[in-house]
Amino acid sequence: MIVLFMSSAVILSFKEEKSTFNYTALPKDSVASIAAFKQVYTVLMSARCMNCHPSGDIPLQGDDNHLHTMFPKRGVDGKGVYAMKCANCHQPTNTPGLHTPPGNPNWHLPPADMKMVFQGRTPRQLAKQIIDPKQNGHKDMQKLIAHADDGLVLSAWKPGEGRKLPPMSHAAFKKAWLTWLKTGAYAPAK
Amino acid sequence: MIAITINGKQREVAADPDMPLLWVIRDLLGLTGTKFGCGVAQCGACTVHLNGEAVRSCVTKVSRAAGQQVTTIEGLSKLNDHALQIAWAELDVPQCGYCQSGQLMSAAVLLRENPNPTDQDIDDAMSGNICRCGTYPRIRLAIHKAAELQREGAKS
Ligand code: FES
Ligand code: FES
Repeated sequence: MIVLFMSSAVILSFKEEKSTFNYTALPKDSVASIAAFKQVYTVLMSARCMNCHPSGDIPLQGDDNHLHTMFPKRGVDGKGVYAMKCANCHQPTNTPGLHTPPGNPNWHLPPADMKMVFQGRTPRQLAKQIIDPKQNGHKDMQKLIAHADDGLVLSAWKPGEGRKLPPMSHAAFKKAWLTWLKTGAYAPAK
Repeated sequence: MIAITINGKQREVAADPDMPLLWVIRDLLGLTGTKFGCGVAQCGACTVHLNGEAVRSCVTKVSRAAGQQVTTIEGLSKLNDHALQIAWAELDVPQCGYCQSGQLMSAAVLLRENPNPTDQDIDDAMSGNICRCGTYPRIRLAIHKAAELQREGAKS
């Protein structure tokens, strides 16, 4: 019953979301929040998200998260260095064919002063990091909510040929993301 | 027709907007200094400058270059006297030569942005340009040499 109530509340708030994009908090619920984050975590740790949130300064590549061939570096602004800037190979759209660069007009890593590392983070560490404006790119709750529809985030679901999709649809991810945030953005115990 | 400025000259090409810039450069404009290596952004042989950045022309659609400035190896300098070209000749860098126009175009961006690069900077800039002949040690020396020439030129 509680579950039913929760999910209908979420759906209602979605409708609001679309038209106004206002942050509507739901009753705090650590159980629902943590359950939702655990789903979110599986997406963030999938290759399509984690590969550009590496622990070092070289992006990762492939479904097995190996270091990006050619070792391109993050650079100060996250857009690469010298002759090795992301956009030199990564075009505004995916390049057709296997093993070709995926594309997005805004392709980049987080900048050097805000690395937003996912690789190696536990669910607890990552949850806390994401809601900390000092570590999340100065995002408040509104901006975190809006981030679910960011162009680069969405491109995880259009990864180009031969690349595995995140473990759930974007709609399911967004639902989990919003549920996590709106029920209190609790961090799992570990 | 798509208009591009190539090596300072305004050109119009009858190309599909999705045609790789490399095809336009080599087949439609007849500038064959830029090479086709892999076709999938893995080797760097096709590197040209698009508004000064070292893009890989094999995966860059000509539509991205429409109305923009493209420079190929033929346009790196007017008299083949870019500091890199002088250093390259002095140190006899090329072996077969196939990768070298790409190497030079990448190195030119490095030297523009960093007039005094360390070995590490050179690695960071050049690790995407592959040389099957293994001329890497001479490329590194020649970039240091060119940096020196460039600095001397700036002083005099
Ligand atoms: S031919 Fe373009 S990178 Fe190899
Ligand atoms: S000189 Fe032969 S591939 Fe580089």
